Amino acid sequence: MNRDMPGQCPPHGARPPEPSDNALRETHRVDAGDFSTAGEASASIRRALRRMGINPDVIRRVSIASYEVEINLVIHSFGGTMEMALDGDWLTIISRDTGPGIEDVSLAMTEGWSTATEEVREKGFGAGMGLPNVKRNTDYFDIVSQSGVGTTMRMGFKIQ
Amino acid sequence: MTIGDIRDLLSARVLAGEDLMGLEIRSACGSDLMSDVLMFVKDQTVLLTGLVNPQVVRTAEMLDVSCIVFARGKRPPGDIIAMAVERGIALLATDETLYVACGLLYKGGLPGSPKRGEQ
Repeated sequence: MNRDMPGQCPPHGARPPEPSDNALRETHRVDAGDFSTAGEASASIRRALRRMGINPDVIRRVSIASYEVEINLVIHSFGGTMEMALDGDWLTIISRDTGPGIEDVSLAMTEGWSTATEEVREKGFGAGMGLPNVKRNTDYFDIVSQSGVGTTMRMGFKIQ
Repeated sequence: MTIGDIRDLLSARVLAGEDLMGLEIRSACGSDLMSDVLMFVKDQTVLLTGLVNPQVVRTAEMLDVSCIVFARGKRPPGDIIAMAVERGIALLATDETLYVACGLLYKGGLPGSPKRGEQ
């Protein structure tokens, strides 16, 4: 547990370079609490990667991680965005939300730990496996959160 | 095992993807918890569930799951069937419980998704 800095935990993997101005980009809005559209951002990213002929195993990892993050935004945040950038050997997806933030990120990364409501659990989510599964499917992952302000997650995938 | 074999073993009705009955399926996962499905499922898997909501189809889409079986006699509404048709996912409905449906497929030779650490 990272008790000194509860708003973040050590990054996973080597951080990819910042996407250049030439990167292919897509940005999606994700609305809080809207289960009817939950998954559309990830589906759009998935379609874009298929069109570009990216390796199916990579698309699969991207789809799982991005969908987990999108569901998290729908369940827990006040709304946010997911930005995809494809540049050279790296695909980067950054999610940014406007709160309420995660009080203890290390705890949130623990399998089985969840603050999801019964309603969310009835939909089949909120088992506390989402963030650990994101980490498992990424080549790079970091999360920074400030309680009352919001959370930013950065996922990196090597596409070659 | 093909999706058509699964239909026959479970005496299931085809709700979507009649043209997909020849598709090969290599493993199965039975769960109402999409969080777990996202952890364990590989492609060419059939997902058996008693949960009926659009997220089941979206979760299947993300994982390249080509067949969903709704157990316990559950029937999804038209919008969920339309989502599956659009995504090329076969939907089957069986009156068997989730436990029995999984048992019938296992007995028929279809293995489970890999356990953790085996993937």
